[in-house]
Amino acid sequence: MQIVPFLIIFPLVVSVLMFAIRVNKVRNFFAYLSAVIIMVGAGVLTVQWGMQGFAPIALQYDATMVDHVILAAEIILMILVTVLSFKYKKYWVSLLSILPTGLIAYFELNKPALEEVGQIYIDHLSILMCLIVGVIGGLIVVYAVGYMHGYHHHHTEFEDRRYYFFALLFAFLGAMFGFVLSENLLWIDFFWEMTSICSFLLIGYTKTPEAINNCFRALWMNLLGGCALAVGIVYFGYNAGVVSLHGLVDLAVAGNKVAVIPVALIAFAALTKAAQLPFSTWLIGAMVAPTPSSALLHSATMVKAGIYVLFRLAPAMAGTTTGFMIALIGGFTFLVTSIMAIAQSDGKKVLAFSTISNLGLMVACAGVGTAETIWAGVFLMMFHAISKSLLFQDVGATENALHSRDIEDMHGLLYILPRLAIFMFIGIAGMFLAPFGMLISKWAALKASIDERNIILVFFICFGSATTSFYWTKWMGKIISASHLQEKTFKDITKKNEVISLTIHAIMMIALCVLFPLISRVYVTPLINEMFGFGENVLPDAILYTLIVVIVLVFAVPFFAHLYSKHAKVNMKLSYMNGINTGDNRKFVDSMGEEKTLWLSNYYMHKVIGSRKLMVPSQIFTVAVLLIMLSMIIGGVLV
Amino acid sequence: MANITKSPWLLHYDGSSCNGCDIEVLAALTPVYDAERLGVVNTGDPMQADIFLITGGINEQNKDVVKQIYDQMPRPKVVVAVGVCACTGGVFKDCYNILGGADTVIPVDIYVPGCAARPQAIIDGVVQAVALFQQRLDEHNAQKRKEA
Amino acid sequence: MKLGFAYVLLYIVLAPFIGGFLEGLDRKISARMQRRVGPPVLQPFYDVKKLLNKQTITVSTSQMFLLITYFVLMVLTGALFFYGADLLMCFFVMSTAATFLYFAAVVTSSPYSSAGAQRELIQMMAYEPAVLLTCVGFYLAAGSFNVADIAGGAMSNIVFLPGFFVAFVFILTIKMRKSPFDTSASHHMHQELVKGLTTEMGSRNLAIFQITEWYENVFLMGVVGLFIVNSNPISIAVAVAVILLVYFLEILIDNSSARMKWQQMLKITWVVTLLAAGVNLIMLMVVR
Repeated sequence: MQIVPFLIIFPLVVSVLMFAIRVNKVRNFFAYLSAVIIMVGAGVLTVQWGMQGFAPIALQYDATMVDHVILAAEIILMILVTVLSFKYKKYWVSLLSILPTGLIAYFELNKPALEEVGQIYIDHLSILMCLIVGVIGGLIVVYAVGYMHGYHHHHTEFEDRRYYFFALLFAFLGAMFGFVLSENLLWIDFFWEMTSICSFLLIGYTKTPEAINNCFRALWMNLLGGCALAVGIVYFGYNAGVVSLHGLVDLAVAGNKVAVIPVALIAFAALTKAAQLPFSTWLIGAMVAPTPSSALLHSATMVKAGIYVLFRLAPAMAGTTTGFMIALIGGFTFLVTSIMAIAQSDGKKVLAFSTISNLGLMVACAGVGTAETIWAGVFLMMFHAISKSLLFQDVGATENALHSRDIEDMHGLLYILPRLAIFMFIGIAGMFLAPFGMLISKWAALKASIDERNIILVFFICFGSATTSFYWTKWMGKIISASHLQEKTFKDITKKNEVISLTIHAIMMIALCVLFPLISRVYVTPLINEMFGFGENVLPDAILYTLIVVIVLVFAVPFFAHLYSKHAKVNMKLSYMNGINTGDNRKFVDSMGEEKTLWLSNYYMHKVIGSRKLMVPSQIFTVAVLLIMLSMIIGGVLV
Repeated sequence: MANITKSPWLLHYDGSSCNGCDIEVLAALTPVYDAERLGVVNTGDPMQADIFLITGGINEQNKDVVKQIYDQMPRPKVVVAVGVCACTGGVFKDCYNILGGADTVIPVDIYVPGCAARPQAIIDGVVQAVALFQQRLDEHNAQKRKEA
Repeated sequence: MKLGFAYVLLYIVLAPFIGGFLEGLDRKISARMQRRVGPPVLQPFYDVKKLLNKQTITVSTSQMFLLITYFVLMVLTGALFFYGADLLMCFFVMSTAATFLYFAAVVTSSPYSSAGAQRELIQMMAYEPAVLLTCVGFYLAAGSFNVADIAGGAMSNIVFLPGFFVAFVFILTIKMRKSPFDTSASHHMHQELVKGLTTEMGSRNLAIFQITEWYENVFLMGVVGLFIVNSNPISIAVAVAVILLVYFLEILIDNSSARMKWQQMLKITWVVTLLAAGVNLIMLMVVR
């Protein structure tokens, strides 16, 4: 399987190339070409693996050389972080990089005789991740070419460093492939650090004080997770004599005490990556980055790395204190951040909060760790990746045209920028409306948490889904309301490549919705099978048929209703404004006898439930939970 | 022929009245007179109203308002002027800003006299309006059939 | 299977008549409570008949399309329920239907209609946890989300679910747009928002809205009945009695309470849900 090293190394090579080419047109051409090659590569990997029978494959290389290269690279990353943190006077952050790197280096040089296992592992889950990274990543690169052009056109105050931006995007893609395909925990650690640092550099792209501040916050939180990861790996390596992910999971499932602490520490690391409370603030701050990086790193793929690790650990966590801790944190994050999302009117902020919230639900699913919840979690992940990527890109394109990404300014977007509004509508519908899969995943998650008698999680899901629909419905309503604006004030300046990416995303979204039962049967059930060793069809036939009826009706009804109402004879009337409507439903006569423009706004309740009010208490609560639970877990093993 | 006499929904608009007639209009809805037993609902929304109940005269400020509300009502519709001010302008007739009764801006069908109009009279006006309401629908339907 | 389809057919044909009749009773009883004679029991049917005979008007051309979608999805909700399908799916479809009602109200960009719609959205947020928890309760009591299985048990589910019943009846006040919580549509002569989210719905559109409400009420009453019905046929008679009792209770609440602000509504509903359904849930999880 030559394609595996190719997928990891090729993006890194392209990254160097991007950095070297300073002519925009040439670089854009190579960016398109490489994006297509990466997408094709992910496809080829899937096909090759499929031809070998869809079975898990462990690949073993004679990789002493690679180990050394990775160690060297890790030290280079450490130096980079140290230099930057001294440059911006955040000295202590460098410690969080020096410590784990030192620990890993020490371990590499003084390692015990380790059991030989494969370094690469390919199964349903990693292929799924590869497809998400490859396809969505490739499309976002295509989108970014057009977007960054417009971005620097509008924001002349920022230095045009597109070579740097694209270099980082591709470096990130390589790291992500490496991360999801690796079996060796040391490799996983390296790629983990690399994604953290790519994210850090991308957040700081504009070099404004706010961006610098936010990027260091993201850095220290992610590096803290990296520390936990490194400690967990080294502890496990010394005690068990093996550093493979599946070795860890197998030991933990067998009930070996050695695995308890590493599982807890790695799960903790995953919480930081998935931006769960108390670490959520870094993802909110990350929204200062240009939109393609928000779409790629901060919603569609990088944060999913945390989820991926938790899914891998799920069988090990089921029924343990660690599992309970993870489920509690995830469920709590799901509810609280969805409440905070209500108070936001900045489109990207809403997306950020809802990303954290949805990740929370996936984390909770992993924490419960049964076949049903992982099934639900995998679907949540797929739907979330596509729809969030679509939404981020769409909000970015809308911002370029509308000069604002405030939801209040999107009033009547359907009539101002129809194309972008329809994409936005599809994306939001995918996040919460029947029959899109989010709902059915929620169904499965709820069922499983009842089966597991996890009362707290049941409450979190019930209340959280109420608050989730609130902010999405509010947003959708804004888009379709009749516009306040009289004439075409704004022009749709979306570039062709942006539209291509958006269209493919929208098609994937609808296809996923329609093919949902099929994908469940063909792909996700075998995935669960692999993980838990028994085949269970999570989706009962009765639900399946109901679902098909609902899918058909939800698509057919609006269609026919539209046909009917289009031909119905109606008389248009002015909207009711106590008889002082001036004639176009947009203005009324005020008490001075003059025309006044109508302006409608949504409820945000930010005084009651704003993030300023809720964030700190919930951070305190989750820190307390983490401290207590972690000391319980570690104490339980050591004492 | 569809019978629609059993569900007259009212829209009550106060022009420039002294509020006497308005109190009597509301009195018609109280337990003593209970206009709802005839199916009367006080909607407050022109889109949903069948009978436009107007009290007080028309002045410079509200003439456009009355016209617009009248236009917003779906056909068939009936206008009832309640009280002498709505009928002719009443005691305010010669005021500098009063144009006159409701019929100065919209076609009025039923005039209910009184200062203030008594609830019995108002209900009687509504009952007459209902008959007219039915008649207009029938005429409209007959014409539509003829065209077809 | 065949029985399920028969129920669905019965529901689709009879629900508007039952719903309209119940609303007629509602108006009559309300009038009596206020010492009035009140309109005839068939008044709601007269109203809808008149609405259908008036000139078709609208403010926004897409409103009718959204309302029809709302209507069909609500009928689908009830149909799934009476077929005996998954209860949780029924409520998911119901919330999708409610979303379309919201769209139908905001699409006009009319001030009163939009303000009413915002309130409707808050109402949805208030009642949804209780609705989902009711499903959870049924699942724990009967071991299945399937309405057919829940209704076919040996014992009435209310034995296990008294707290859930309280929570559900509580939010029923919101769903049926009854007084302390009737903030969004102003059904009952409260006119500070004119007619709330129905302000811009006249003639045929209002008729669609009205008929959908009837379908919805029958579905909700069906859920109330589900608490009672078991494999014994007599339980159906008991269920009908309980449904009528609950309906009467709602009318009584409607006529004897002043309205609340949305903050109070949200707070009280969530607290009641947490307390009634929560305590019940914890006890149930221990028992089962």
